[in-house]
Amino acid sequence: MKSSGKIEDSKVFKSTTSALAGVREFVNERALSFGFGDKEVSEITLAVDEACTNVIKHAYKGNPDTEFEVKILASGAEFQIVVRDWGASFKPEEVPVPNIKDRFKKHKAGGLGIFLMRKLMDTVEYQGKDASNEVRLVRYLRNEQKT
Amino acid sequence: MNEFKVLTRDSGKAVVMELQGFLDAHTAPDLEKTFSELMASGKYNIVVNFNGLNYISSAGLGVFMAYIDEVRSNHGDIKLAGMQQKVFNVFDLLGFPFLYEIYKDQDEALKKFNNI
Repeated sequence: MKSSGKIEDSKVFKSTTSALAGVREFVNERALSFGFGDKEVSEITLAVDEACTNVIKHAYKGNPDTEFEVKILASGAEFQIVVRDWGASFKPEEVPVPNIKDRFKKHKAGGLGIFLMRKLMDTVEYQGKDASNEVRLVRYLRNEQKT
Repeated sequence: MNEFKVLTRDSGKAVVMELQGFLDAHTAPDLEKTFSELMASGKYNIVVNFNGLNYISSAGLGVFMAYIDEVRSNHGDIKLAGMQQKVFNVFDLLGFPFLYEIYKDQDEALKKFNNI
């Protein structure tokens, strides 16, 4: 697969779950034009949805009067998405890897989003920057499909 | 806007729950409401038809996790059927096939309830 070139784009969304459809559309179109196949586009879009859902529910605790930014920086084989918020900081090391059976018992879906992001992307990194938090997601274009 | 619809109908000893559209953190409460209504009316044999579902995120998966114990402790089950490959992949990544019965189509899942 070959990338179609360089992409630098960003968009700000309201911190409400009704914004998720717009986030997916934004990422979907750019991942597709970068050269990913349908399966990879779906996976990248899902990972970004999970990152944004975490921002809406946890960083901003459901407050819709706030915003977050989704930035796409892609070149060569690297497709990078940065989700930035100005809410409560997040410590991914405090989120345990979910034991699915255990989660069923406890009726808890928390942690599944991060688990999925890590499964679907090549890199998932969190960092605090000034008063903001960033999650950086990277997926590389490659010949063989990731399973 | 990505919409989501959930329709339910009785079929023999079971209820078929038909999902359409996009199931994410925004639409998951609609599914939760439907499950909660089924629990309130004592309907625990549930077949979920995913044929029309184009998308699912962990918020949607969480709803199935939230009700499975209550359903099974009432001698029922939630059987999943008719998933598109991309939706199945998400369930598969999280290990759902070990904990739920997943069928190719709705009729196959219904037979399991109606042959009891």
